[in-house]
Amino acid sequence: MSKLLHELENKLLPRNDVPAFWPGDELAVHILIKEGDKERIQVFTGICIGRRGSGLRETFTVRKLSYGEAVERVFPVHSPSVKKIEVIKSREKNRLAPRAKLYYLRKQK
Amino acid sequence: MVPGIIGKKIGMTHVYDEKGTMVPVTVVQAGPCFVVQVKQQSQDGYNAIQIGYGQVSEKKLTRPVLMHLKKRGLPPLGTLREIRVAANKVSEYTPGQQLTVEAFQPGQYVDVTGTSIGKGFQGVVKRHHFRGGPATHGSMSHRAPGSIGNTAPQRVPRGRKMAGHMGCQKVTVQNLKIVKILPEENCLLLEGAVPGPREGLVLIQPAIKKTRLT
Repeated sequence: MSKLLHELENKLLPRNDVPAFWPGDELAVHILIKEGDKERIQVFTGICIGRRGSGLRETFTVRKLSYGEAVERVFPVHSPSVKKIEVIKSREKNRLAPRAKLYYLRKQK
Repeated sequence: MVPGIIGKKIGMTHVYDEKGTMVPVTVVQAGPCFVVQVKQQSQDGYNAIQIGYGQVSEKKLTRPVLMHLKKRGLPPLGTLREIRVAANKVSEYTPGQQLTVEAFQPGQYVDVTGTSIGKGFQGVVKRHHFRGGPATHGSMSHRAPGSIGNTAPQRVPRGRKMAGHMGCQKVTVQNLKIVKILPEENCLLLEGAVPGPREGLVLIQPAIKKTRLT
């Protein structure tokens, strides 16, 4: 990617309050949900199993078990709909392997 | 309204609009361009302006081009291009005038002309989206074009789609919306894709079919 594009992306970042988090951390992602003209915040809690891309286009995947069924959601890091990202538990405390992508969790369950 | 501006494709990214929707954009570094020459009906037989873009070293230009620019007090410019202008608008331009991205407005629609990425010699499946033949069941015709005509005319009709050179052509994409303008970096953010490779030259003109702002 060109240097200029990299600089522009940093300039266009809509928010700078993204906390430092890594794959393996347990996250609570606060998502803005619009239903008609009503707005509410929903929290999606799970383990971050990977981050992808860089700058403005970066996304992360969160995996959780919902009633015994695994659910994965991909969020753009800088989306205005992602209101808040909270780190609940670090990877070390989760006792997970230090991997950039924790796809092995999919096979375990 | 400027008739057009020359720029360089930087690359693609995305931004979020006020609703929070992701909008794919192409970043184009356009201008500053200079009006080099104004051509008029009385002198040249048609109305147009010649614009120049991209400073280069003097050594890169031939002497006739260099003097053509120097005579008007302009720096050595690598790209010169002519754009037709309506007869009553020609008088608005003078040689040496600068055209920048600030002449455009966010929400405006533009047409973008560039040279598409060259693909070399390609078969009919890639070049004309032919279906090709069956892959298995004893088929021996996989990506072949098949029949190219009937017995009756005893020749192949002109324009029959065949394998050949693909890409590296002049392509215009119409009605791209300007999402954002960054005057400091001379950059335009255009919604969607723009023809050509990164670093490729593009000509941006106000849309001829969609002039209304949104």
